[in-house]
Amino acid sequence: MISMTEISRTAVRALRRNKTRSMLTALGIIIGVAAVIAAFAVGQGANKSIDEQIASFGSNFIMVFPDRSASSASGTVRYITYDDALAVEREVSGIEAVAPMINTSAQLVYGNTNWSTSVIGSTPAYSLVQDREVEYGRNINDSDVRQGAKIAVIGKTIADKMFFGEDPVGRSIRIKKVPFTIIGVFRTKGQNTMGQDQDDLVLVPLTAAQRRLVRWNTPGRISTIYVKGVSMNALQYIQNETEVLMRERHRIRPGEPDDFSVRNISQMLEARRKTTAIMSMLLGSIAVISLVVGGIGIMNIMLVSVTERTREIGIRMAVGAKSRDIRFQFLIEAVVLSMVGGTLGIILGVFAGHALASFTAAPPIFSAGSIILAFVFSALVGIGFGYYPAWKASLLDPIDALKYE
Amino acid sequence: MTLVELKDIRKSFSMGREEVEILHGISLSVEKGEFVAMMGPSGSGKSTTMNILGCLDKPTSGTYFLNGQNINDLESDELAVIRNRTIGFVFQGFNLLQKTSALENVELPLLYAGMQKKERRERAKEALIQMGLEDRLYHEPTQLSGGQQQRVAIARGIVNRAPILMADEPTGNLDSKTSDEIMGLFKKINEKEGTTILLVTHEPDVAAYAKRIVHFKDGMITSDEPNRMVKSA
Ligand SMILES: Nc1ncnc2c1ncn2[C@@H]1O[C@H](COP(=O)(O)OP(=O)(O)O)[C@@H](O)[C@H]1O
Ligand SMILES: [Mg+2]
Repeated sequence: MISMTEISRTAVRALRRNKTRSMLTALGIIIGVAAVIAAFAVGQGANKSIDEQIASFGSNFIMVFPDRSASSASGTVRYITYDDALAVEREVSGIEAVAPMINTSAQLVYGNTNWSTSVIGSTPAYSLVQDREVEYGRNINDSDVRQGAKIAVIGKTIADKMFFGEDPVGRSIRIKKVPFTIIGVFRTKGQNTMGQDQDDLVLVPLTAAQRRLVRWNTPGRISTIYVKGVSMNALQYIQNETEVLMRERHRIRPGEPDDFSVRNISQMLEARRKTTAIMSMLLGSIAVISLVVGGIGIMNIMLVSVTERTREIGIRMAVGAKSRDIRFQFLIEAVVLSMVGGTLGIILGVFAGHALASFTAAPPIFSAGSIILAFVFSALVGIGFGYYPAWKASLLDPIDALKYE
Repeated sequence: MTLVELKDIRKSFSMGREEVEILHGISLSVEKGEFVAMMGPSGSGKSTTMNILGCLDKPTSGTYFLNGQNINDLESDELAVIRNRTIGFVFQGFNLLQKTSALENVELPLLYAGMQKKERRERAKEALIQMGLEDRLYHEPTQLSGGQQQRVAIARGIVNRAPILMADEPTGNLDSKTSDEIMGLFKKINEKEGTTILLVTHEPDVAAYAKRIVHFKDGMITSDEPNRMVKSA
């Protein structure tokens, strides 16, 4: 019985004799395995960043928006108001904080520097809901909100882009031409998973935004209400109760559609998780297809190789090779080919994973499991598609093989 | 001791729809230590007989005893073992593995015999030295002359110390001087090692080295006589 090492050595030597062809044959497997590795890594990276996002800014909050499609259907526009926010805070239980918010975008001017950013008008509850801390200076307080003080807390990006290392606290900037005094700077939060800069914002007291920046006609009109629950579990209850309360306050009769919509942040993240899963599935199926195509490539080349090497097979049989020895030789050749392809595919997949991840802004995660899986899979492809050519080779008759020209 | 015994061997090939009989009842027995040359015109069935003797092909009918064992009953894997242990075969066209060193070519039968690498190397080297190729161990077939290639092939034929060495027109591709050298080697192997040699040739000069000459014609043996004037190298 001839040993496995001997057969492997013979196989490797045969493959090295035809380097270019071997590489081209392995290409299908290389691409397939690279796709598997990249798909897993990007998918896992994205999921992890969604998890982190949930953990960091507290997924346990809901948002209440006006629903424009519903209000335009009834002819009258019903906005969400500051009183709605107060009512939710007063009447729904299980709430940790409620932040009424006005969102607008505005041009900031400081000296010669211009900067366009999003401005949020809210109450001190904003920092609770969004888990924001003031790094230096101070945050807005209830008395600022009561007085409609023209003060602002700015994000780190604005401090960098407009003040270039100068201390912004105490300076006056113009927001939509209205002078506001900067009282603090938020601690940086970096990018979110969608690649948005979360430090490019200004917070002003809700009342100041109402009076100085948006100047809406409807009294007490706001953009959104953020409601933070005491826990994740309380969220569904809070969502239901808020919906009931809002329908009551907006006098919506049963059967009529809401003129507002309540969204749960974890639902939104869940939707994104699904998108990621679909993307991974897509890449995964490309991977499987290209592994199969790669396998067929190996089978094709091995069949050609068996035909070309008929004489070699005849010589080996003439000096005592059994059909099993011949079968193993060609099978091992196919397996070595696919495993070399698998190894190169893993390396390529790591690069591809990093390249792909630059679009999703979440670093890819390469698990040992997926690498082992890809490796095993490529070996199986080699065995699966290499068996038929190897079996054909082993069926040759010594005299026919020797006479083959 | 009778080593080879053919009894009424017939061989047919199918030519399209027809079966054409090429060998019409060959009977031959060879004792241990003999040196037999099989002669005859081209197409007389020498190679067909040789391939059956070498267990590379099977007869259509008749019996073949090799070393007292009936070959007809054997499976292909058992035949592989016989080709490996009992017979060394030398071809007209050398049949060496290309892009493979002389040493590795000679090792091949030992590889399939399951011998360890180190011992294989030793034995293959020994056989090549015996063939006068001590300075050609690592040459590949394309780097060797025809005569040298045939020496490598003979080394491969004797490396497993098989009791029988068979050769089909081993000098067919060689000039007469080289042919004489190769025949000298066969003679030496037969005399020194006691290896039984069966050789096919159509050249009287080559057959002259054998101790016994069998003549073929149209798929039958027409004469079988001792060679009274054995040539020496
Ligand atoms: N595989 C085959 N199929 C059909 N005919 C064959 C085959 N092999 C040999 N022959 C025929 O058998 C006859 C004997 O061939 P062979 O044994 O090679 O003769 P020799 O070696 O004496 O020249 C020839 O006529 C040849 O054409
Ligand atoms: Mg012939």
